[in-house]
Amino acid sequence: MGAVTEIEQGKVKANLDVFSNTLQDLAQHDRDIIVVTSDSRGSGKLAPFGQKFSAQHIEVGIAEQNLIGVAAGLASCGKKVFAVSPACFLTARALEQIKNDVAYSDNPVKVIGISAGVSYGALGSTHHSLHDFAALRAINNIIVVAPADNFETEKAIQLAAKTDHPVYIRFGKKAMPPLKEVNDDVFEFGKGRVITEGNDVAIIATGETVYPALQAAKKLQEQNIAATVVSMHTIKPLDASLLAELANKCKAVVTVEEHSVYGGLGEACASYLMQRNIFKSFRIIGIPDEYTVTGSQQDIFNHYGISEEGIAKEVMQLLNR
Amino acid sequence: MTEKELIKKSIEYRKNILKYIFHANAGHTGGSLSCIDILNVLYNHVMNVSPENFKSTDRDRYIQSKGHSVEALFVVLADKGFFPESDLKTLCKYGSHYIGHPTRKVNGVEQNTGALGHGLPISAGTAIGAKLDNKKFRVFTLLGDGELPEGSNWEAALIASHYKLDNLCAIIDYNKLQITGPTAEVCNTDPIDAKFESFGWTVRHVDGHDLNKLKETFDSLPFTVGKPNLVIAHTVKGKGISYMENVIKWHHGVPSEKQYEDAISELDNAMITIPDDF
Repeated sequence: MGAVTEIEQGKVKANLDVFSNTLQDLAQHDRDIIVVTSDSRGSGKLAPFGQKFSAQHIEVGIAEQNLIGVAAGLASCGKKVFAVSPACFLTARALEQIKNDVAYSDNPVKVIGISAGVSYGALGSTHHSLHDFAALRAINNIIVVAPADNFETEKAIQLAAKTDHPVYIRFGKKAMPPLKEVNDDVFEFGKGRVITEGNDVAIIATGETVYPALQAAKKLQEQNIAATVVSMHTIKPLDASLLAELANKCKAVVTVEEHSVYGGLGEACASYLMQRNIFKSFRIIGIPDEYTVTGSQQDIFNHYGISEEGIAKEVMQLLNR
Repeated sequence: MTEKELIKKSIEYRKNILKYIFHANAGHTGGSLSCIDILNVLYNHVMNVSPENFKSTDRDRYIQSKGHSVEALFVVLADKGFFPESDLKTLCKYGSHYIGHPTRKVNGVEQNTGALGHGLPISAGTAIGAKLDNKKFRVFTLLGDGELPEGSNWEAALIASHYKLDNLCAIIDYNKLQITGPTAEVCNTDPIDAKFESFGWTVRHVDGHDLNKLKETFDSLPFTVGKPNLVIAHTVKGKGISYMENVIKWHHGVPSEKQYEDAISELDNAMITIPDDF
C-alpha cells in the first residue's frame, strides 16, 4: 500500500499524534505520569491530555528554563515527567537546565522536543533545531533519540516512561509512513533498527530522514545497488557494534539526518569508524553550516538532498556508478 | 535545642567553614559566613530532615541555589551526621566528592547546583510535586541577592504564585555584595520585597544573624495560606570575622595562616562571651 493512500485513510499519523495518544494510554494506568508544557499543549497535540488528565498536567507558560527546572523538581519527587516544548527552544534556551538540573543531577526527566529539525519550515531558523544532537551528545547522562515512524515513537515513549535516567526524544509533525509492514522488532535505546539489507552501501539515517533513505534504497535497487537502511533512532548511545558490522560488510557508508552536518549522527559515526581503523567511503547528508533556504520542511529536504533523489545520487557518486 | 546551644553551633560552624577553606586553600568564605546562621536554624530547628529520614518522600527539602557557599552546607550536613566531618579534609582535592558546589554524591545534598538561577525553579517543581501527592513536606531554597538578575528566578516566581505554593519558602541571603562590588551598583535588584509581593508572594524581612528572629520567622510559615513565602535575611558578608565583614575580597578569599589563627581566636572569644542567661 502506498504511503499517500495510507495517509488519506488516516492510518498513518504524525509521530506527534502517536506521542500524544501513547501518553494518554500511559497516564490512564499511572497517575505518576506528568506532562509539563510551556504554552505548548496545542503544538504538542496535548489538549486532549490536558482535558482528560488535568491533575497530571502542569502548565508553566512560555518559560522553557522554568519548564525544565520545574520538571526536574517533579522528577525528584518520583514523578515520570514529560517536559514538552518545541525542540528549538527547549534545547537552546533551556540547555543549561537540561545539563545541570536533569543530566548532572540525574533527575529522570523525559525531555520531549516537538516539531524538531526543520519541521517548522517557512517559520525560519529561529524555529529550527539543527543543533540539538550536537549539544546533547556532549552532555553526559542523557539518551538522545529521534524515532522515525509511529512504531518507534510509541515504543520510545513507553520505554522512556520506564527509564530512571534522563532521555531526550525529538520528532516532527509530518505524517510518517511505517518503515516496515510488520513491526515485530524489539525496540531498545541504543540498538539500531535494520529496515532493509544489502551489501553495497549502508545508509544510516535517523528520525524523519529514514523514510526518504528507504525510498532511495528502492531506487538504487533498480540500478542493482543493494543498500542496507538502518533507522539509527538512538544518536547516543550509538549502536557502535551494528555500525562496525555494516561498515565492514558494505563498500560505503552514508549517514542522513535532519540536523547540522556538524556534531550529529554523521560525525558520531565517522568518529567511531575512524578510531577503530574502519576506513570506508563515507558521506554525511544533513544541513550544511548555513541558515537554511526558505520553504517547507519538504522544500528544505529537497534542496539539501535529504530526499529519494538526493540520497540515491550521493550513493551513486560514492560508488562511482 | 536551647538558644545557647544554637549560638554555639553557629560559632562552631564558622570555625569549621574557615578550617576547611584554609585546608583546601579554596572556597567562598564571605557568602558561607553570611548564610550560616540561616542554615543553622533550618537544619537544627525548622526542617524535618536527617540522615535517618533522607530516603523518605516526606522529608523537608533544602536546595541551595547559591551553590558556591557550599562550605556552609557541608559543615552543617557533617554536624547532622550525613557524613564524617573528617571527610571535609578532602574538600576540593583530586578525586574528592567534596567539590566547590553542592553535588548529590555527598550524602544529604538534594540537587546539584552551582550555576545561578536554578534553585527556585527546581524548588517550585518539588513543591508542586508535594501538592500533587498531598504531602506535607516543605521546600526551602537559599538564593544570593547577587543571583536575582538571572531571569529563571522570575519565571519560577511567577509559577510559584500561580500554583499557590505556600509549601515553598525562598530565603535571600541579602548580604548586598557580590564578586564585582555592591549589588546595588552591579545591577540593582532593590526593592526585592515589592517585586516579589507584586508577583504574589508574602515577604518577611529578618535579621539573618539573629537566631531567635530567624526561628520566629520560620515558625510562622506559611505566612499566608495559598501564597509562596520569601524571607529576606539581612546579612553581613564575612559575618563573625571582623576583618572580613563587608570586605569584597573575602567573596572567595582564603586566609593566610596568621589571618586564620586570628579568625579562630576571634570565634573562640565569641564562644567564651556567650551570656549565661541564654
